[in-house]
Amino acid sequence: MYKIKPEDKAFVEEFKKCPIGHHSPGLQRILNLFRGEATAGKYVLVCTTPHKQWALGVLSGIRGEPIRMTGEVFESLIDAEWYVFQRRWAKYTGEELTK
Amino acid sequence: MKNIVGYSDKISVCPGETIHFMVSCEVSHYKATLVRIIHGDTNPDGPGFKAEPVKSEFEGSYRGRKQVIRSGSCAIVPNHQTFEKLGSFSVQAMVWPTTPGQGRQSMLSRWDSKSNAGFILGLDDKGGLLLTLGDGTGALEHVATGRAMLAREWYFVAATYDATGGDVCLYQEPLKVHAKMDTSAELQQTAKVKPRHDNGAPLIIAAHYAQTRNGRTETSGHYNGKIDRPVLANRVLSRVEMERLRASVSLSSLGSEIVALWDFSKEISSDRIIDVSPNHHHGETVNLPTRAVTGWNWNGEEMCWRHKPEHYGAIHFHDDDLYDAGWEADFALTVPEELKSGVYAAHIETDDDEDFIPFVIKPRPGKANSKLVFLVPTASYMAYANEHTGVDGPLAELVAGRVLPLQPTDVFLNEHREYGGSCYDSHSDGSGVCYSSRLRPILTMRPKYQSWLGGMGSSLWQFNADTHIIDWLEQKQVDYDCITDEDLHYQGYSALVPYRVIMTSTHPEYWSKQMWDSLDAFKRQGGRLIYMGGNGWYWRIAYHPTKPGVIEVRRAEGGIRNWAAEPGEYYHSFTGEYGGLWRRQGLAPQKMAGVGFSAQGFDISSYFRRRPDSFNPRCSFIFDGIGKDELIGDFGLIGGGAAGLEIDRADFLLGTPPNALVVASSENHTPVYMVVPEELLANAPGMCGGESDLVRADMTFYETPEGGAVFSTGSIAWSGSLSHNNYENNVSRIMSNVLKRFLDDKPF
Repeated sequence: MYKIKPEDKAFVEEFKKCPIGHHSPGLQRILNLFRGEATAGKYVLVCTTPHKQWALGVLSGIRGEPIRMTGEVFESLIDAEWYVFQRRWAKYTGEELTK
Repeated sequence: MKNIVGYSDKISVCPGETIHFMVSCEVSHYKATLVRIIHGDTNPDGPGFKAEPVKSEFEGSYRGRKQVIRSGSCAIVPNHQTFEKLGSFSVQAMVWPTTPGQGRQSMLSRWDSKSNAGFILGLDDKGGLLLTLGDGTGALEHVATGRAMLAREWYFVAATYDATGGDVCLYQEPLKVHAKMDTSAELQQTAKVKPRHDNGAPLIIAAHYAQTRNGRTETSGHYNGKIDRPVLANRVLSRVEMERLRASVSLSSLGSEIVALWDFSKEISSDRIIDVSPNHHHGETVNLPTRAVTGWNWNGEEMCWRHKPEHYGAIHFHDDDLYDAGWEADFALTVPEELKSGVYAAHIETDDDEDFIPFVIKPRPGKANSKLVFLVPTASYMAYANEHTGVDGPLAELVAGRVLPLQPTDVFLNEHREYGGSCYDSHSDGSGVCYSSRLRPILTMRPKYQSWLGGMGSSLWQFNADTHIIDWLEQKQVDYDCITDEDLHYQGYSALVPYRVIMTSTHPEYWSKQMWDSLDAFKRQGGRLIYMGGNGWYWRIAYHPTKPGVIEVRRAEGGIRNWAAEPGEYYHSFTGEYGGLWRRQGLAPQKMAGVGFSAQGFDISSYFRRRPDSFNPRCSFIFDGIGKDELIGDFGLIGGGAAGLEIDRADFLLGTPPNALVVASSENHTPVYMVVPEELLANAPGMCGGESDLVRADMTFYETPEGGAVFSTGSIAWSGSLSHNNYENNVSRIMSNVLKRFLDDKPF
């Protein structure tokens, strides 16, 4: 499994500019790590208002168990991507990214 | 939370035919209306939701009632006086439990739950063999080996009961021995409780009787795993006698002590189980447990169950199998003559929830109303029915390239597993779901539903994505009829004879042999094919020979799969046909449409660029009004482009006809797009978008004998671009050009 290195910090800005779509190989490697997590504890979004609002949830990894909602709500999918990226960056590096 | 859902007994009806609707509603009243579905996409960046109200006989208010789904398969043998008169008895079977230790499970039972009378041979909470005896007055006795069985290992299990002294013997013998892991057990014990056999209950394999409600037998204690060659005898058998019964004995040598010996290798394609004893205690399976699975004696010598059925004497039961929800009908529609062919739905609404039950109105056989027919891919909708990949699978976010956006429907389906899985899901025991029925609410086959597979933007997949095509046909005032995959399967080529052009959906992936042959015949007779999508003609399926509304998919050999068929289980149980990819059977999609599945990714889409072939005079009609260097479809509601999600390429080695013109190709796909695994003879880096030339869609055209032609877009996302700029754009223009020429009777 890939371990994030100090020089990977450069990819944070790239992600922020374009969280969904074309990425450099370096950023893609980080995203493969983040997005390839096991289902237990994995973030998902649940649409609360079509095309307008999504609530953040966490999968349990256990079949049929309800998705645990975190309370965070987003008005755009891009904002949600950035939030989840921040949480995962902190999980794998211990570093809290500033907004 | 959802408080109203429904389904219909048919998916396709013509004028004069009647369709029934079954509804479960958890509030006091609901309203029902008929609508014609035009555009199910609610994206504010597109034309918006369009459904045309249609007056109908069922329009009105109805009293709500909750109807439940009881999933879980078993086999039921009707009660008989032979069972009622049992005293001493023996039961035995070969079993392959898949979830031992996950709750008590009944393997063979004659049990009345109301009076606790009879016996159950099953697994205890810890996974050891358990015989339960009940005398019907409240006294229960459990005799257990106390030693857990291993999952996915074959065991011989048996129990005997001697009515004279109450002696019980249990046998639990693994077929394979593992060092330092002894899971065998043999137990002798005297039972105080005398089982009451005159309990009126049916004999049930893989569950036990709970009650009868509304004429349906309800069951509990469902078992997960395989059972092979169960036997019931009316006296205590010796271990040697049991061994003879386990082996293949001649039926004439069966003594009168054998009450029943069920040989599941008989009538594998049916829902019957056959008792080969002279007593003929035949039974029926419920909720379609998986048949044509390897038995305890399968040794790899034969891979096809038709060639050696005696090696396929097992049935794999699952506690979440589902065929028919069995709800009572709430209202019906006899289709009036004046209703035009199209995609319709019963719209059922409560104050704070709604559901749509889609169906197709087709013309009467041979009475086409148009030269164009749109094929509604109901087999593919069924294969994806109620899929749980977004919550069950760790790969979903990787292939979507974004945090998964789930819908309330997905949340509901996650918590209501009784609604059954798709052929992308696994059962609760981890084995693949190879059957999918439409006799249950299919909540992924709905207008307004968004899917995580549908890319950025509208995020539509399958049924709802296909409404982009319906909407465009309506907008362009093109006459069209609709038929379904089931019509093509059951009516064959005759369903297509009246038409000049067939137009597919965005993703016609699943095809039976009958469907394939019918379309092939249509093409050979000069019929024209417009392929509006990607990843078509990929998996081979079978429809059940007698039970309506259910398909089978065996995930054999290769292809993009969420589960793999087990060795020896590549042949459909419904038909005996070899399953898997059509490509593996010498019929790559390129042979049907000129293009076939090449890569997939579910984040954003791209565009097409014209290729030199597009300037060939043979296909100049396609690009009438399109600039030489114009990018095609660099816009759209599905991922922002016309080339995306699952994309197909031409390949002359796989069967693209030598006269085919590859008129445009897509480019610039993201690294989330990966080449399909059947292309990887050896895995190697460089197989993603931006690196591999195989990550592309090829727009393709070719003429066929008898003056026909094929036009293929090769992209699921294509139709999401049709409505851009108020339907004035180069994707819409190409489609108008193609349709105009294809509808023209002049031979190509």
